[in-house]
Amino acid sequence: MSGTTIIEVRTSPHLHGPMTVETIMRHVIYALLPIAAFFSWHFGLSAALLLAVTTAGCVLAEHTACRLSGKRSTVNDYSAAITGLLLGLTLPPGLPLWMAVVGCLVAILPGKLLFGGLGSNVFNPALVGRAFLQAAFPVAVTNYTPGLAANRFVEFIPSTWAVPLMKPAPLNDWLAKVAVDGFTGATPLAMQKFDHIYSELGPLLWGLGPGSLPGCLILLCGAYLVVRGMMDWRITASMIAGAAATGGIFHLVNPALYPDPVWVVFTGGLLLGATFMATDPVASPVTPRGMWIYGLLMGVLTVLIRNLGGLPEGVMYAILFGNALSPLIDRLTPPRPYGARKAQVPQ
Amino acid sequence: MNFFGAERFFGPKRLWRGIHVPEHKEQTAHLPIRRLPFPPLLIVPLSQHAGKPAKAIVHEGQEVVRGEPIAEADGFMSVPMHAPATGRVERIAPAPSAKGELTPAIYIRPYPGASQEVLYGAEQNIDQMTPAQVVAAVQATGVVGLGGAAFPTHVKLKVPEGKKIDTVVVNGCECEPYLTTDHRVMVEYPRQVLHGARIAMRAVGAERAVVGVEDNKPDALAALRAANGDRPGILIEAVAAKYPQGAEKMLVKVLLGREIPAGGLPADVGLAVFNVATLAQIGELLPDRQGLIERVVTIAGPAVSKPGNYLIPLGTPLRWALEQAGCTDQAVSVVLGGPMMGAAVGSFDIPLTKGVTGVLVLAKGGAYGEAQVFPCIHCAACVNVCPLQLDPSHLGLLARKDRYEEMETVYHLNDCFECGCCSYVCPAHIPLVQYFRVAKQMNRERKARS
Repeated sequence: MSGTTIIEVRTSPHLHGPMTVETIMRHVIYALLPIAAFFSWHFGLSAALLLAVTTAGCVLAEHTACRLSGKRSTVNDYSAAITGLLLGLTLPPGLPLWMAVVGCLVAILPGKLLFGGLGSNVFNPALVGRAFLQAAFPVAVTNYTPGLAANRFVEFIPSTWAVPLMKPAPLNDWLAKVAVDGFTGATPLAMQKFDHIYSELGPLLWGLGPGSLPGCLILLCGAYLVVRGMMDWRITASMIAGAAATGGIFHLVNPALYPDPVWVVFTGGLLLGATFMATDPVASPVTPRGMWIYGLLMGVLTVLIRNLGGLPEGVMYAILFGNALSPLIDRLTPPRPYGARKAQVPQ
Repeated sequence: MNFFGAERFFGPKRLWRGIHVPEHKEQTAHLPIRRLPFPPLLIVPLSQHAGKPAKAIVHEGQEVVRGEPIAEADGFMSVPMHAPATGRVERIAPAPSAKGELTPAIYIRPYPGASQEVLYGAEQNIDQMTPAQVVAAVQATGVVGLGGAAFPTHVKLKVPEGKKIDTVVVNGCECEPYLTTDHRVMVEYPRQVLHGARIAMRAVGAERAVVGVEDNKPDALAALRAANGDRPGILIEAVAAKYPQGAEKMLVKVLLGREIPAGGLPADVGLAVFNVATLAQIGELLPDRQGLIERVVTIAGPAVSKPGNYLIPLGTPLRWALEQAGCTDQAVSVVLGGPMMGAAVGSFDIPLTKGVTGVLVLAKGGAYGEAQVFPCIHCAACVNVCPLQLDPSHLGLLARKDRYEEMETVYHLNDCFECGCCSYVCPAHIPLVQYFRVAKQMNRERKARS
């Protein structure tokens, strides 16, 4: 303490918790890895390659764009890798890789960096990419191949290697070789909607149907993040509750036409969307009441699109719509401050 | 309070929001309070409290006796000062303060070998005093809020016109990490704490007092309960430890379910809140008509070699206190108060005053602010922990755009008491509390201009 001592003067608080953005993002990747592993095991080489290409594509796109605009690269926050993994998981395993790369570019460039990068994007980037692919290549994006094909670890699905901008080779020959009779490439949701054929629920829980990821595994991975305090369970819970409730009403009105709530929850992308995309903090509300409203709204919209719209699946558009509304929801649901009579809605 | 043994099922009452911070109290919680020797020179600032500075009533060269008044209160919103040691007034001159500015102070050079015993004072019978006389007697002791706020205690004891106070709340939470002064005071002076509480009850005309102590201090709870015995009127209640439960607004909500209105006082909901150390001093000083001349300060932190709870004469220079406690070569920053709300000092030549609860010496590497700051990812961690249920996320975004006025009018900026929970949990390491401090100051300056 004698002589000249240099002391640092900082402002309070002088302690900081253990959580950092980078840690959260890294754990989201950990939570996605079991799902990615299942996806790769279920669909084989093509699926693994698709995930690798979308992840690498998003990371490279962000790195290159940052460098070109003369900024420090922001890939070290892992958010681009999450976008890539999520985008890959929403695509059919046999999607031509060049289309996947287009999806990555759309997700990262206009979907994220154009808004200002991490923290500024209005929409979930992975879903922006997915929505673009859905609009640009509606057939390829909805064309699912059967899982658990015998040769899936030795042979790629032929459409994987389609030449850019050329019509992919028809899959009929390959399908005839690997699939059971009558396989149409339709997902359980599409079969239910257009042909009124119900797939059995059991395999759906464990993701053994075509085009479906294992619901129980997704919930488990989500629970990991919730336990670690890295994800808000309220959005997931309210979105599932909203979808189940709306699905239940439809089911009560016409059980022959509309599936029961459990089926509604475990089919399609609802669980993946509710657990990993709707909860994207950047594009969701921060107020406690806002989170419930946001989740419920997306759940209701998902089922409305499924049951009343032209598409078999509505999770993607429901979440994008919720993203767009989230600033408004935040504004209308300010928390009631301690000692105030009632919350004041900003003008 | 405890209906049908509800506590057995649900545990003690707890704060809803807020955070669990590593407590680091094990460093000093078991160490008895020890006296620090007199420093070669005491610097007694005339303003150690919120309100008007005191007026010096001694002159340079005058001899003073330990405990003798050396400055008188300037009006009701002020308190007197007393000589912390027997010695000679060397000069009355500006001295550096923790905030960085120079404030007038009385420099006293203690006589070598001066006794720590206080001979000044006279007995007085409190039981025969009216509430107004108690208030005046408390003002004469110079006691202010010793929990850190340094607000004159007698002002809180005077019930505002038209208000009725039914309960005195005694704050024994001490939720800041590292600090154990209130803890040790409760363990070693429980009778004085309870006596002070009864004096406060008399002054405000309350029928009962509730003492809230966090359950991480079982020995303090036991000491208070033993000292209270079966006497009615004072209820000693454990609350589950959580930061910032020791904040007045939080504690009254946890203990009694009442919310102090925004911009209001505890008296608005029929309460008066006092820190345990404040009441212990009142209970100790008032019967003997003595003045506040020393206080317990925790000196702790990763870079202190002899951490402990020291009874420090007011006006002891920080440098002297640190020399006595010893700093390791890892020391990098010195904080007055706790690590969550305390302020880092820019000089060792400042005196320790009535409002200093602790001196923390932080070590290299552990400090906050070295991590990379990311953009806000709207994770809502800050919203989930804010004990005042504000929206720190939006406040932070508005601060980045210099929209300070909107922060105040729409997002309740002025309710924020800078507890630091939002900055602590922010995964993006955004210095939210600092943004809010700047915004409040900008708003004050704008109002002053117009």
